[in-house]
Amino acid sequence: MIRAALTILRKDLLLEWRTKESVPAMTLFTITVYVLFHFGLDRNALDGDLASGVLWVTLLLAAVIGVSRLFAAEREQGGIDALLLAPVDRTSLFLAKAGALFLFLVAVEVVAVPAYDLLLLGPGLGGTLPELPAILLLANVGIAAIGALVAALAAETRARELIVPLLLLPLLVPLLISCAQATEPLLRSEQGPEDLGRWLGLLTLYDVVFVLVSVAVFDFLLED
Amino acid sequence: MMWLAAPALPLDEAGKYVAGAYVVFLALILIYVAIMAAKLARIDRELTELAEEDR
Amino acid sequence: MYSKALAPLAIATVVILTATFALVFFYAPLDADQGFVQKIFYVHVPMAIVALGGFVAGGIFGIRHLRSGDSSWDLRSYVAIHLSIILGLGVLVTGAIWAKASWGHWWVWDEPVLVSFLVTFLLYCVYYPLRFAIEDPERQARYSSVFAIAAGAFVPLNFTAVRLAEAYTHPRVLSQTGGDLPSEMRLTFLVALVGMTLLFVTLWKLELTAKHASMQLKKLRRRRAEREAVAA
Repeated sequence: MIRAALTILRKDLLLEWRTKESVPAMTLFTITVYVLFHFGLDRNALDGDLASGVLWVTLLLAAVIGVSRLFAAEREQGGIDALLLAPVDRTSLFLAKAGALFLFLVAVEVVAVPAYDLLLLGPGLGGTLPELPAILLLANVGIAAIGALVAALAAETRARELIVPLLLLPLLVPLLISCAQATEPLLRSEQGPEDLGRWLGLLTLYDVVFVLVSVAVFDFLLED
Repeated sequence: MMWLAAPALPLDEAGKYVAGAYVVFLALILIYVAIMAAKLARIDRELTELAEEDR
Repeated sequence: MYSKALAPLAIATVVILTATFALVFFYAPLDADQGFVQKIFYVHVPMAIVALGGFVAGGIFGIRHLRSGDSSWDLRSYVAIHLSIILGLGVLVTGAIWAKASWGHWWVWDEPVLVSFLVTFLLYCVYYPLRFAIEDPERQARYSSVFAIAAGAFVPLNFTAVRLAEAYTHPRVLSQTGGDLPSEMRLTFLVALVGMTLLFVTLWKLELTAKHASMQLKKLRRRRAEREAVAA
């Protein structure tokens, strides 16, 4: 099952590498949104809870783009029938898609977070290591699991582009709360007390629950 | 009205809001029952039609 | 099949809800801080609790449906979620009335019940467009069950997260279902909660019965049409 998942994952990564459709768009989108926030909030530098909120909301919106595109290749070239006919466990498909989304998010964040530091962040990123990458990675797991599930749910429906953001964003609210609250003390101008344990715990719980739920129900999707 | 008879309750601004909330609750139930009644009427009508056709 | 015990349930609902109203207005004491306005709490919070329970029940029915393939579980799930959305609307409206009466604004972010309800309500509103965008009935039922399960798992997580966040930044203004309620208030609240639960179950059975009758009708009609087509 792992091997099948890795094969599909490799295919998706190669496809992305060749076509460069999702990751550059997501990255460009986050930087554009930073500029929008500069004008919308009329600020040159953000810190504390405002900085944390802008960072995470922007990442979540970029994730919506990634999720919408997750099954795009299969849809456009009819590859999904081939995948379903092959003796492949649906769970492998889920692991592959979630894995792809996870890696796309990492790729986006590698560029977008330093860009954020450059454009909008008041205090530097220096004091945020190693906590911020840890929060980002944990968040990516949750976004990847939920994203793959929502992508599959919406894949066969008619109003796909509308359903994805409407489903994905409310589901991500607990994740957003945990990440924003965890990141906020890291981005303050004066170092304040941190309460990472509680929020990382909630974030981990969220990840575990939704990875389990998604793996359990994925078998019932994309069946024909 | 119930709260007029109730012991020591001030019939002031607060009364309107509380009444509003309970009215909302009752309205929801009653609208729901009305819709169910309409559905039941339709089912009854169609059943009668079917019984007529079978004659 | 769904209408078993419907009549006694309905009677019990009427009795308990009437008792609730009587208790609220004749028995429960006035709250020291909020005065008469606090009485909204006896309708707002039980509605919220029952609606959240309904959403989770919808998820559990979804699990039963996926496991058994029996579409009657999907029907139970659909009606539970449908009713909870209606109750949820009531929660948001009564919550807004309470907020206006207590704090002067139609919406406040200080109440975790209200805030987490808004998010949950927004999520479950997508249930209808998702469901009705899928034409094949078997797939529609399956995907709806998947949604019901994921959303049902989401409800407690969301509630916890919002509650933690609000407690962190805004101290809880009103301790509601906490243990420091005076005993008359607690009794009234419990009766209200039982009444609301009975109401939900009664309406749930009522709607299930109506839908089932409607489906049987369609089946009858279809069979007649087929018989006529064969005879012709």
